[in-house]
Amino acid sequence: MKRWLPLILFAVLVGFFAKGLFLNPREVPSPFIGKPAPAFTLPVVATANAYAKADFSPADMKGKVWLLNVWAPWCVSCRQEHGVLMAVAQSQSVLFVGLNWKDKDREAEQLLADHGSPYVAVPDDLSGKIGIDYGVTGTPETYVIDQAGIIRMKHIGPISPDVWKEKFEPKLKELGA
Amino acid sequence: MIPELGHFALIIALLLALTQAILPLIGAQRGNLTLMAVARPATQGQFVFVALAFACLVYSFLVNDFSVENVARNSFSQLPEVYRVTASWGSHEGSLLLWVLMLAFWSTAVSVFSRHLPDDMVARVIGVMGLISVGFLTFMLTTSNPFLRLLPAAADGRDMNPLLQDWGMIIHPPMLYMGYVGFAVAFAFAIAALISGRLDAAWARWSRPWTTVAWAFLTLGVGLGSWWAYRELGWGGWWFWDPTENASFMPWLAGTALIHSLAVTEKRGAFKAWTVLLALSAFSLSLLGTFLVRSGVLSSVHAFATDPARGAFILVFMVVVIGGSLILYAWRAPKMVTGGAFTGFSREAMLLANNVILLAAMGSVLLGTLYPLLMDALGMGKISVGPPYFNAVFVPLMAPALFLMGVGPLLRWKGDSLPDIFSRLKWALAVAAATGLLLPLTLKGFNPWASLGFFVATWITLTAFIGFRDRMKNGTRLFKLPRAFWGMQLAHLGLAWGIAGIAVVANYQEERDVRMNVGDHTTLAGYTFTFRGAVEHPGPNYRAARGTLEVSQDGKQLFVLHPEKRIYNASGMPMTEAAIHPNIFRDVYVALGEPLDEEAKTWAVRLFYKPFINWLWIGALMMVIGGFLAASDRRYRIAVKATVPAGAVTQGA
Amino acid sequence: MKSLLFSLLLALAGPVWAGEAVSIGEDPVIEQRLVKLGEELRCLVCQNESLAGSHAELAEDLRREIRAQMKAGKNDQEVIEYLTTRYGDFVLYRPPFKPVTYLLWLGPLLFLGIGGGVWYVTLKKRRALENTPVDEQQLAAAAQLLDGKK
Repeated sequence: MKRWLPLILFAVLVGFFAKGLFLNPREVPSPFIGKPAPAFTLPVVATANAYAKADFSPADMKGKVWLLNVWAPWCVSCRQEHGVLMAVAQSQSVLFVGLNWKDKDREAEQLLADHGSPYVAVPDDLSGKIGIDYGVTGTPETYVIDQAGIIRMKHIGPISPDVWKEKFEPKLKELGA
Repeated sequence: MIPELGHFALIIALLLALTQAILPLIGAQRGNLTLMAVARPATQGQFVFVALAFACLVYSFLVNDFSVENVARNSFSQLPEVYRVTASWGSHEGSLLLWVLMLAFWSTAVSVFSRHLPDDMVARVIGVMGLISVGFLTFMLTTSNPFLRLLPAAADGRDMNPLLQDWGMIIHPPMLYMGYVGFAVAFAFAIAALISGRLDAAWARWSRPWTTVAWAFLTLGVGLGSWWAYRELGWGGWWFWDPTENASFMPWLAGTALIHSLAVTEKRGAFKAWTVLLALSAFSLSLLGTFLVRSGVLSSVHAFATDPARGAFILVFMVVVIGGSLILYAWRAPKMVTGGAFTGFSREAMLLANNVILLAAMGSVLLGTLYPLLMDALGMGKISVGPPYFNAVFVPLMAPALFLMGVGPLLRWKGDSLPDIFSRLKWALAVAAATGLLLPLTLKGFNPWASLGFFVATWITLTAFIGFRDRMKNGTRLFKLPRAFWGMQLAHLGLAWGIAGIAVVANYQEERDVRMNVGDHTTLAGYTFTFRGAVEHPGPNYRAARGTLEVSQDGKQLFVLHPEKRIYNASGMPMTEAAIHPNIFRDVYVALGEPLDEEAKTWAVRLFYKPFINWLWIGALMMVIGGFLAASDRRYRIAVKATVPAGAVTQGA
Repeated sequence: MKSLLFSLLLALAGPVWAGEAVSIGEDPVIEQRLVKLGEELRCLVCQNESLAGSHAELAEDLRREIRAQMKAGKNDQEVIEYLTTRYGDFVLYRPPFKPVTYLLWLGPLLFLGIGGGVWYVTLKKRRALENTPVDEQQLAAAAQLLDGKK
């Protein structure tokens, strides 16, 4: 038995390595899943869809399933994502809120005016503090928040049409949006 | 044309490696001398063709052939010539070719310096090394070909990773790979011995010098890596417990255990199964390191660009090589006869204790490195295991081994008397304890970690001198002592120096982050730093802001430092190039942070005073020299005539 | 020549603005705490760097935030809690001691324990062994083989 021990240990390690090849060490799960979305109140850059207040607070969305999309005008992959979000917003009734993160050059308003806005509201997180409160490490990141204001899912990186279909649509369905 | 030549040379090398692997192994099994004789020419031929391929790659880099994908991705027309050469092993593909070149080099060395070994042993050793070559060449040709063309050719390259554009990187990878691959020789010897069933003292004697040389190279590689990180990463640290560093440290720990356990196997014929297992482990851990760094399963500062196909290939290769060798081990291990008796207080017992501790330390490093992966694979969440964990675990674990290091070499084989040894060492113990306790008090007050470091360093140094004194009692002159003895003591003293350096720099370094306008001054550790501004300073392939800091002490100007903040042209990557003024007692280390105003007059500046840091590298160098010295000992050289009395071997160092 | 003149000018001009350089965070005690704590924390967006060493933007933001909280009188534990509620245990380089990390923290002790056991058992066996002359003979044979063959 003793002589087989190294082989057994090695076999166990190989099992983990094989599994590890399919995992991404950079993808960190959010500790907020199942917890209430942190509260904040921020002025908005742009609004649409009958959202008429001058500032935004997650409490305003109570009773609805909505998506908090953290983006920034200086973020290149957010541009790719923008087109996908536009297509989704036009074909389905999904409530996107776009947290404008650390927009030091104040470009968000112009950008949304030029290319259209998928968002119902665009709260303006100039200092980046609200992003940090949500555990954002970089843009884009998207949170799915349910009727009771609980965060149910987080996606890191741009949303592609495939990601939308495979990850978001089932979740939204499950939540009854 | 040249890249195609290189590609072609690799294919021929693969065919030769296949020949080198298969024919001699069959020959050894059947006792067919003709087939066994193929081993040497095939190995040397393989080396020639791998070297040719390597030369082709270096040439492609030197002439900026951006129609080669590897060159286009890792070089740049403005890159200085010396870095164009080193860029050829800066990428995943290129470094793999370097690895294969080293392997072919070691195989050739074995084929040349093995005339005194039995033919079937040589055939098996070279055959096993050929199998490893086959694996790596296939890996390179199928997933990581360094000669792939890019059509259409790129107008210019994307530049070498700026982090690698440094002095330390010129020699660090070749030395590290010499070490990694060197353990392949010990591995091949172990496999050959397992196959033939001839696991005796002779086997240990043969593989010992090879292992020691490989260990010395690995020590040099790890040391250079640490030196590079210290100078280039700009954080002033010298060891980060990053997975890449751990990947080189684990084989080092296993290799260190191996060279000690080989000593017992050679001298006393004991620990055979254990030594074989260590020989298999040292190389297996080198392979594991390759897998960890290139497969993307862990995130690390210096990992290569990763690709799951590559990871899968290395994993399969690992299963074949390591799994195969462990099956062979399990099958053959019971046949190994054990050596003689010894007591709990003998050199054997101390060497075994050293092995146990080194392996526990190695296991802990492995556990810490892999734990995030284990948890992730089991779906238990993501955690980080970083320097605080490793420091907390590693230091207490190694401390007893360092203490035993003082005692072990002074003990006799088979058994010694504790009261005897105690009376011989009591003064050394008292002096070391006093140094450990009192030295920190004269510096900055009581500090247990500094005490531990000083105690251990003094203890090892004093006991090493006692060792020399004992050996000279019978009238042998200092320089007539065997090289193996000198080598061991030098390596042990080097470790003591390194520990002394670590104890000082870890506990007494000083650091300040300041905001400096032109003309501002600040003091740190008695030095006054005056900032004379930063000016635009174009480099060959980067733009830099070059700061000027005058450093003075007691009103007398000592030297001027020029730290730089660089932006590399091709990648746009920012780099901090620290300026260091070294001497034997301290480094003054200055790094430029960010400009803090629009005109770039005010800068964030990070200043370090690093006492005794250079003792670390000096210590590592002493260990390396010790290793080479020990490996060149008279009794490993072949010229010894048959007239040597048969018993002489048992009385060596 | 020009650069010499320039540096001369600078040297002359120096004393005019010369002043004691200010620590980045103004309060050296807090800076010290920040560096110490920062070494225990991971820069989340870097490959594998500590928060203290990183130049990444998020790392700078987080350092600023930690500095502000320390100034507001929060202790290290509260700062760590602030970060782990947002980023999870991933941010900690020293994993907390809890059931899923028992093996991580106790593993080294376990290894040493097993090693100690092996050491003890081996010694017991060895002491019991007769010092067989076979061993010496074998060593001699090995020496013959090694040194004797041309």
